[in-house]
Amino acid sequence: MTTSEIHELLRARFGDDVAAPAGGPRGDQFLLVKGARLIEIARFLKETPGLQFDFCEDLTAVDWPKRNVIEVVIHLLSYPLRHSLVLKVEADRAAPVVPSLEPVWKTADWFEREVYDLFGVTFTGHPDLRRIMLPDDWVGFPLRKDYEEAGGWHGITNVRADPLVELKRLDDAARAEVARSAPPPPPPAPAAPPPPEKA
Amino acid sequence: MEKLILRRVDQNNEEMILNFGPQHPSTHGVINFIVQTDGEVITRAVPDVGYLHRSLEKIGESTGWHGYMPYTDRIDYVAAMFPNEGYATAVERLTGIEVPRRAQYLRAISGELCRIASHLISVGTMAMDIGAFTPMLHGVRERETINDLIEALCGARLTYNYHRIGGVAFDLPEGWRDRTLAFLDHFDRFLVEFDRLITFNEIYIRRLANVAVIPGPMAVDYGLVGPNLRGSGVDWDVRRDLPYGAYSDFEFSIPVGQGMFGTVGDSFDRYFCRVREMGESSKIVRQALEKLPDGEIMAPKVQRNLKVEAGEALSRVESARGEMAFYVVADGTNKAYRIRARTGSFTAMGIIEPLSRGLMVADLVALIASLDVVAPEIDR
Repeated sequence: MTTSEIHELLRARFGDDVAAPAGGPRGDQFLLVKGARLIEIARFLKETPGLQFDFCEDLTAVDWPKRNVIEVVIHLLSYPLRHSLVLKVEADRAAPVVPSLEPVWKTADWFEREVYDLFGVTFTGHPDLRRIMLPDDWVGFPLRKDYEEAGGWHGITNVRADPLVELKRLDDAARAEVARSAPPPPPPAPAAPPPPEKA
Repeated sequence: MEKLILRRVDQNNEEMILNFGPQHPSTHGVINFIVQTDGEVITRAVPDVGYLHRSLEKIGESTGWHGYMPYTDRIDYVAAMFPNEGYATAVERLTGIEVPRRAQYLRAISGELCRIASHLISVGTMAMDIGAFTPMLHGVRERETINDLIEALCGARLTYNYHRIGGVAFDLPEGWRDRTLAFLDHFDRFLVEFDRLITFNEIYIRRLANVAVIPGPMAVDYGLVGPNLRGSGVDWDVRRDLPYGAYSDFEFSIPVGQGMFGTVGDSFDRYFCRVREMGESSKIVRQALEKLPDGEIMAPKVQRNLKVEAGEALSRVESARGEMAFYVVADGTNKAYRIRARTGSFTAMGIIEPLSRGLMVADLVALIASLDVVAPEIDR
């Protein structure tokens, strides 16, 4: 089934909570849905015969500071019917909250933890929402567009020392060593005998 | 870490909490498992990943479209052709660039050789984790020849950087076709030998059969892909079911778990799917070399400073570790707005915790090995 056919089905059931298919001139079309009804819509997509989206292929997010939203993007695929669908949910950037899809597809568990870790989106109803890639006491959400590195973590700096400084120090030390252990310079050659005087 | 420790060990109880990893040879990379055990029986094993997180997705937002290709190698360095191909396919979908037929064939050839190499590591290290060291050496020996072939093709043995947006970087070198065919003749015999060496070894079968059974619906629910999914009896392969590139031209079968010595979806099924897949990959390479069309290997007029119209696309390729999907968002500039790699190892890790309850410690090793997780692919 194509995205617009699925949209017709969803609109009949959920009304305006599902926006019309949108997307660029090429690539995939997506359906923007209201966060409040996400779980219902997800269950409908999974359980309705003819849709049967049994596989949550991917769940990730995209940060849009200009529009002040974080989009959570959900890719679904149906193994028996071989069709796919892209759902999007928008959340406010200041305090992004989206209902968790973990009760519908178990695979959303780790995907949501990753989005929480890297974008700071809170998934309500998630059983174990904590950071997955980064340490638990990390500050900030790196995949947001305005993220700035804190400049180190627990004394581990992220600025590398200039290797040339150390190399130059070693070079100088080696040169000094050579100069010290070298034999003393030979005594100056005796002055040339004065040219014989003309008789 | 404090939060991860689930329950304080009770004085009257023999339960203990162990760190399994991050530097443990059988975790296949830098992964930590916090294992709660009662003697040999695991109550719970919680994976703790992220040690190899290199923020490859963030890097993609600053490199430019062409410049990201070498970074994709590092997503899965055991089978680097597939992230290459996945990324290139995603950008091609978004830009509408048509890949020449010959380049698609070269992608299939290099990809299938790479799949064999990756599976050889997988089945070899799996046997090693279980306690049989020799099969690993046999596998690595064969992989060495594939590395030589791929090196002759693209100059690199591990991180290939072979694909380009719109084609591939190099055509076949002289004599490469015959060398590859000679290797495949040898390799088909090797597979028979390998089966006799380890696959049908009684001890090996008993160590794997009925261990860590994943039923089909559970595998789908947890998002397993590739051989892990097929081992559970779900007949799905992106190459056949949603064909991309040249794959619709080839005849090959998809090995699916049969429960040969136990239950469908046990560790042996996952292992056996990989062994059979190597034979199928060998068939695909033969067919591709035979049918290889002439022509260009790069699409004409791919801009150097590529600008991509606003939009988004997802590409799916069947990697050695299952479906690898690249989700690419463009905003009309010469840099990607967002690149996302969905990898098989990441979702495979999620199933370890629910499956680990009641396993023996030694069977946890078999489970991890049978899922064929690669640490950089989990963490990216």
